[in-house]
Amino acid sequence: MLFTSYAFVAFVAVVAVLYYVLPKKAQWPLLLLASYVFYFIAGPSFLIYITATVVSTWYAGLRIGRIGAAHAADAEAGKATRSKEDRKAVKAKAKAKAKAKQRAWLVACLLFNFGILAVVKYSNFAIFNVNSLLAAFGSPDKLSFLTIALPMGISFYTFKTMSYLIDLYRGKFPAERNVFRLALFTSFFPQLVQGPISRFDDLSKSLFEEHRFDRRVVLSGLQRILWGFFKKLVIADRILAGVTTLIKNPDQYTGAFVLVGMLFYALQLYADFTGGIDITIGISEMLGIKVAENFNAPFLSRNITDYWRRWHITMGTWFRDYIFYPMSVAQPMLRLSRWCREKLGEGFGKRVTVYMATIVTWFATGIWHGSSWNFIAWGLANGFVIILSHECEPLYKRFHARFHWKGKPAYTAFEVVRTVLLMSSIRLFDCYRDVPLTFRMFGTMFTTFNYGRLFDGTLLKIGLSGADYAVLGVGLAVLIGSRVVKDRTGDFRERLAAGPAWVRTAATFALILAILVLGAYGIGYDAKQFIYNQF
Amino acid sequence: MKRLRSIGFSVVAAVLCIAVLWLATRLVVPKYDTGIVEGNLTAEYYQETTKHDVIFIGDCEVYETFSPITLWEKYGITSYIRGNAQQLMWQSYSMLEDTLRTEKPKVVVLGVIGMKYDTPQKETYNRMTLDGMRWSAAKVGAIEASRMPNESFVDYLFPLLRYHSRWSALTASDLKYLFTRPKLFNNGYYMRVDVKPATTVLVGKKLPDYDFGANAYQYLDRIVQLCKDDGIELILNKAPVIYPYWYPEWDKQMVDYAAAHGIAYYNFLAEKDAIGIDLSTDTYDAGLHLNLSGVEKLSTRLGAILSQDFGVPDRRSDATLAADYAKKVAFYDAMRDRQLAEIAQYGHVLGFGAPAQ
Amino acid sequence: MDELLRILTKLHPDVDFTGRADLIDAGVLDSFDIISLVAEVDSVFDVRIPAEEIVPENFNSAVALYAMIQRLADE
Repeated sequence: MLFTSYAFVAFVAVVAVLYYVLPKKAQWPLLLLASYVFYFIAGPSFLIYITATVVSTWYAGLRIGRIGAAHAADAEAGKATRSKEDRKAVKAKAKAKAKAKQRAWLVACLLFNFGILAVVKYSNFAIFNVNSLLAAFGSPDKLSFLTIALPMGISFYTFKTMSYLIDLYRGKFPAERNVFRLALFTSFFPQLVQGPISRFDDLSKSLFEEHRFDRRVVLSGLQRILWGFFKKLVIADRILAGVTTLIKNPDQYTGAFVLVGMLFYALQLYADFTGGIDITIGISEMLGIKVAENFNAPFLSRNITDYWRRWHITMGTWFRDYIFYPMSVAQPMLRLSRWCREKLGEGFGKRVTVYMATIVTWFATGIWHGSSWNFIAWGLANGFVIILSHECEPLYKRFHARFHWKGKPAYTAFEVVRTVLLMSSIRLFDCYRDVPLTFRMFGTMFTTFNYGRLFDGTLLKIGLSGADYAVLGVGLAVLIGSRVVKDRTGDFRERLAAGPAWVRTAATFALILAILVLGAYGIGYDAKQFIYNQF
Repeated sequence: MKRLRSIGFSVVAAVLCIAVLWLATRLVVPKYDTGIVEGNLTAEYYQETTKHDVIFIGDCEVYETFSPITLWEKYGITSYIRGNAQQLMWQSYSMLEDTLRTEKPKVVVLGVIGMKYDTPQKETYNRMTLDGMRWSAAKVGAIEASRMPNESFVDYLFPLLRYHSRWSALTASDLKYLFTRPKLFNNGYYMRVDVKPATTVLVGKKLPDYDFGANAYQYLDRIVQLCKDDGIELILNKAPVIYPYWYPEWDKQMVDYAAAHGIAYYNFLAEKDAIGIDLSTDTYDAGLHLNLSGVEKLSTRLGAILSQDFGVPDRRSDATLAADYAKKVAFYDAMRDRQLAEIAQYGHVLGFGAPAQ
Repeated sequence: MDELLRILTKLHPDVDFTGRADLIDAGVLDSFDIISLVAEVDSVFDVRIPAEEIVPENFNSAVALYAMIQRLADE
């Protein structure tokens, strides 16, 4: 079920009505049932995968929790008997022993679940690479590809459940005893397709609570959903035709058109992905459930680090908290860092381990997005630019010390434009899906001076008519306008809710009409999968 | 008081919303007033104020084949054609069902060329046939039976969802026909007076299987049953046009079917010479469809069958009907004269420019 | 505490660390700074900061940071 299908709209409507009509106790079980129905429709066999993840994580979590509890009880019992020094030594030893047992469960469960992900998502990529190697060495042998359907949202729900287990291991919260509650956390249907990758402690606060019907909350959620549909249907799905034409015909559209395609793709991806997240958060809000925000005006970022704090936030923090930090502060890395500082100098020693962790993290982020080399190149390019910008920091500092431009509106605007162009250039790996081609097309932007052709009507022949451009212009203006209003006066919907009823009603209705009339949906337009749902 | 105001506000808001959505829908739905006018065939039926003794059901082999006005003028027979572009058998069934909701004819004349299709064919033809139909169980059934894989029932329920992207292609006629419909047909007959002779003799390509499909037969059975239940005489017929090719194997199936069910079957293609139809003068598109000259000859023949063999009464003495049909005849004559004038002036018929199916 | 402030000031000479409680929230310390801090604390205080302790509450102010170091040293 696509978010933008009639079936999904009807599904959400039925779930929402039942949610508030049934006894409050039935609310979260209803959501679990709905989520499993949703997943069943996507593919009956997928249920096996998600259930395996839920049950294995639940059981490992219970064991980890039980080991922790037994250890705590032992420690309590030992308190009265021994001397202080003795007690401390015994305590440390017992703790280390308990921790080791817990770690065994953690590692086993991580291996199992990331193993599933690896098999279904990455085997064919591995086979492809092995075959390439075999061919390179002149071997006629070939491994055949596996035919496993990729379970919908597996990257997202695996990350969600594994964060639950790691946090539990780290002692952030006790184990969830009820397997069904963990199942709902894992499969909560608005989040299943493309996140956000919620943390258990954050989402469970409102997920399992009983919620009373509140007209304001439901209306506010509905408005957020409509806003998401507006972004997806009016902007993203409309510009898609143009993006596809430009990207699928690289020989024909070089130079200036690479720039246009890259910017169109930026807009399309932004509108599609943030629109989808708006729908997710809006549905959850309607049900009284608070889901973590995933974006914070990413295209207003002033540098790449800032961008990754604002784009796909829950994914970025996942990689930071579970890969980048643990790797950077692991004992061997700290030792390496110390050794390098002593032997190779303070500056280099400090950076070497951080950079190593950065590269690993971005490699992982790349391959998480898709099992092909272009995504790995995309991830590594991000890591490379982050490291480069760090290396250039002294230069920036000197620059800013001489010219006091930092913070001035014009300079901020320059930083924003620069970051958009930089991030869009890196995203070309995602556009062309072919590493050498991406480099070639990037090059033509500087070698093919066909910028005059942008105005000769070619852009009207890429599947976008004058009317399409008009709608896109209006849509973009609405996006920017809403952001300006938000920056000046705070949250738009809150203000709308506080204002006169007729304004609120008229605004909501205008949005509905705009979506229905100006949306690119229905026959004549392909129903489009969310760009992010294969991840 | 405050509560009352709040309820009042909600009601007004809801009514306004629905009104605007309805207006938007009316604005974007295709008006079919020029070019492909067939999209208006279904809806025009509901403007009828009098009942009919004969109902024609089928595709262009009825609505460009018979003239109810000729039947009236020559035999006093009241009739109406409920035909559409590529109207499929299940749609014909629903069209008959829909007709029987409001009137009970004595005879139903069904075109059998529709038997050649066993599955839904084209979304746009489905829409042209079904959009104009009034909502009833018949329409729901027709939609369900006709749907292509890319079609959704919701799109029929709310046509705005289907036609919204027409907003950028709106013309003056979308405003002109915002609340009304153009009047284009003569009791469901699509008139053409121009001539384009049939020059080649068509030989049918060999088919792997000449048997009509099970689905088509199923709906033919249901049409037979519907007529039987209501005591209506059913006449099957094949129009005297050479496209699409009518195979002897197909003809035999219809002959056998009619015999087995005790109903009449006329192959007017076989008796076209006896009727006096000459496809060098009586067709406007080289043998696909008859022009007015051919239609009037064939209608004269059918009228004789209807009044003599099926006892369809002459209603010309009924004052109400006579008054109603006087207007219809005037419209018919005016349309014919206008088309003739257009041909004299421009060499072709205006408005109906696009070739019909 | 003075030792810690020295480490922090070395990272960002232009920031007054004594009065601030928004080092993470305001983006003063980025992830690279945090790793440097952890490495410094490891070598200067001989205290290992595990990954799960890297949360905004522990790094938002020098005081919170110091409290965490003491707590970890105690264990």
